[in-house]
Amino acid sequence: MSHIRIIARLDIKGPNLIKGIHLEGLRVVGDPHEHALRYYAEGADELLFIDIVASLYQRNNLSDIIMRAADQVYVPITVGGGIRSLDDVSRMMHSGADKVAINTAAIARPQLVAEVARRFGSQCMVLGVEAKRVAPDRWEAYTNNGRERTSLDVVQWVREAVDRGAGEILLTSVDQEGTRRGFDLPLVQEVCDAVNVPVTASGGFGKLEDLTAIEPTGVAGVAIADALHWKRMTLAGIKAHAAAAGLDVRQGVPA
Amino acid sequence: MSRPVTVLDYGIGNLLNVVRALEHCGAAVTVRERGNACMAGIERLVLPGVGAFGDGMAELSARGLDDLVKGFALTGRPILGICVGLQMMFEASEEMGEHAGLGLLPGRVKAVPARGTDGQRHRIPHIGWRALESATQWRGTILADVPPGERVYFVHSFAAEPAQASDRLADVHYDGVRICAAAYRDNLYGCQFHPERSASTGLSVLRRFLAL
Repeated sequence: MSHIRIIARLDIKGPNLIKGIHLEGLRVVGDPHEHALRYYAEGADELLFIDIVASLYQRNNLSDIIMRAADQVYVPITVGGGIRSLDDVSRMMHSGADKVAINTAAIARPQLVAEVARRFGSQCMVLGVEAKRVAPDRWEAYTNNGRERTSLDVVQWVREAVDRGAGEILLTSVDQEGTRRGFDLPLVQEVCDAVNVPVTASGGFGKLEDLTAIEPTGVAGVAIADALHWKRMTLAGIKAHAAAAGLDVRQGVPA
Repeated sequence: MSRPVTVLDYGIGNLLNVVRALEHCGAAVTVRERGNACMAGIERLVLPGVGAFGDGMAELSARGLDDLVKGFALTGRPILGICVGLQMMFEASEEMGEHAGLGLLPGRVKAVPARGTDGQRHRIPHIGWRALESATQWRGTILADVPPGERVYFVHSFAAEPAQASDRLADVHYDGVRICAAAYRDNLYGCQFHPERSASTGLSVLRRFLAL
């Protein structure tokens, strides 16, 4: 029974925590700081902040939000969105990030993966992947928050990125994202089989059974947003259910 | 009352979260980048670490911090190594070639085995929250406030193998493979896990260290 981390995902636009469907159609949820503290208190195993418009505008506004959160949050923090250079990584690390998730810039210049891994360690270099199904068993990597296609095959791309030094994969299914219809299990399975580094699945969590369904893929983490943001579930509740179903998870902290 | 602690900065990785966590636990933190000045006034030392072992040792010695750590260890005052910081307290590592360590504790740093005891390949790096198991009595140590079985956060591909069983403070099992999670001897402490990233359990470890 493999251990699964339960990660709270916070998508950020400007000063707001937002949530969309298929990474689009965004609604404002509220203040990211308040939510980050709540998820930490409830026992999140990790916090994931993604600036969802950063690549588009070639900037990243997250450092202030991260700086504030890291002052009170003592679990790992991963930051993504618009990170294009070693200087950007360094800025995020000095704001309090433990790892960075890079998608668009890594596809534009795959050598960046090796540079980040060399300078900050592989454990810091998370490959962000936005996968969209293009055939029953084929997925294409997208950039700029699910907006632009790249013609890269997801499975080939994650293999290459891991060869270059990515220490972890954050795999977002654009098709499932925000739908509450469950994870794209064949996608998660393909990626988990293709690489030996830990894979976190994001996009589609809607009900507690989705966790038991994804466990056999060998996934190392799941990112949850919608269910937490709209308070349909708590981390403690999700974790209690997972533990009762026999999954190896860290317990949450009931409110 | 704030407790003075000196954190060594050897230019690799990020000290910020270690410093913040220590301050949260009531420490008055001084960051030290060079070993040239004397060690008087240092009450306790934290040697953090991420990245590669060889790079870390090279930077420590380029800054004269290796001698500072070795000298400080002899004073009997407490040292805490975290992750690669713990690993560097041992004699040598085989991460990307053979590299000598500080040699404060006997033993070597080796790759986390690629397979679990069931023979199946498992994921490397080893990342996740795993239960600490007692390898020796925790009373009076930095783990005194940690109930056995409590989970802490690990992220690593290499791990120390203490030559002496009595230097093992805590173990963790990764798919059946036993890994040294914490080491100690006298005033020397090391955590393979990240206390600064292990929520209230990790903070209790730092508080205990500050109270030594």
